[in-house]
Amino acid sequence: MNTVSQVKENTPATRQEPALLPPVDVIEDTTGITLYADLPGVPKDRLSLRVEGDQLTLEGEMALPLPQGMEASHAEVTLSRYRRTFTLSKELDAEKVNAELSHGVLRVRIPKAEHAQPRKISVQVT
Amino acid sequence: MYRSLFSRDLFADLDRLQREMQSAFDFSPSIRGLGRGGYPALNVGTTPTAVEVFAFAPGMDPSTIEVNLDRGVLTIAGERKDALPASDEKTTLHINERLSGRFRRVVSLPDDIDPNGVSANYREGVLHVSVKRRESAQPRRITVQ
Repeated sequence: MNTVSQVKENTPATRQEPALLPPVDVIEDTTGITLYADLPGVPKDRLSLRVEGDQLTLEGEMALPLPQGMEASHAEVTLSRYRRTFTLSKELDAEKVNAELSHGVLRVRIPKAEHAQPRKISVQVT
Repeated sequence: MYRSLFSRDLFADLDRLQREMQSAFDFSPSIRGLGRGGYPALNVGTTPTAVEVFAFAPGMDPSTIEVNLDRGVLTIAGERKDALPASDEKTTLHINERLSGRFRRVVSLPDDIDPNGVSANYREGVLHVSVKRRESAQPRRITVQ
């Protein structure tokens, strides 16, 4: 109960902080949805993936090895945080989400609930 | 269908807005430009001893990234494989924003770099190229006699 209220309190503050919108690919097949997101510079411990209600939010912060005393002379990536939220549909099983991060690419697999998966119905001849 | 179109447009708009904001603050464009909006995105910084280039190219096999330095011009090139499965009736691609295919970007570096002092490493999808500057070019304190 405690943790839930904390999440709610923190949410408005994090929402206000500007963040980059990472590019994604979303592919659906018969058993679920696979999402790929480009999050270059984000190590595993600074990545958070959470499901609140039907909202899936991915958020990550870069940790670049910036040398001391470096002055930026050209910057195309001007923020160090990524954030993006997706609305999940009912047939997706948010409990069974699994995710892996490799070379700055996050892969999230959201399976469909068993009852939503296509089944072959055999026709009985009587 | 509607949702995938919408999010792509929104993304493009934000990206454009961000780029315009940046160009307003860029006072010293190089003669080769810096191909703004190309892939991978680049951040360049300098310290008194080195020039640091960060290329945001996630999902690469480090051995396939080509980094060349030729007469002060740094080239970063490579190919990103398409992670998407071959489309058939059973799979649907809802959003497709990530780049795949060959890419190449060129940065012209300052004159005082040392071509022998280059190192590159790839971590968490960011290629970091560090080019040392010649010692003669580094700021020194001169003792007054």
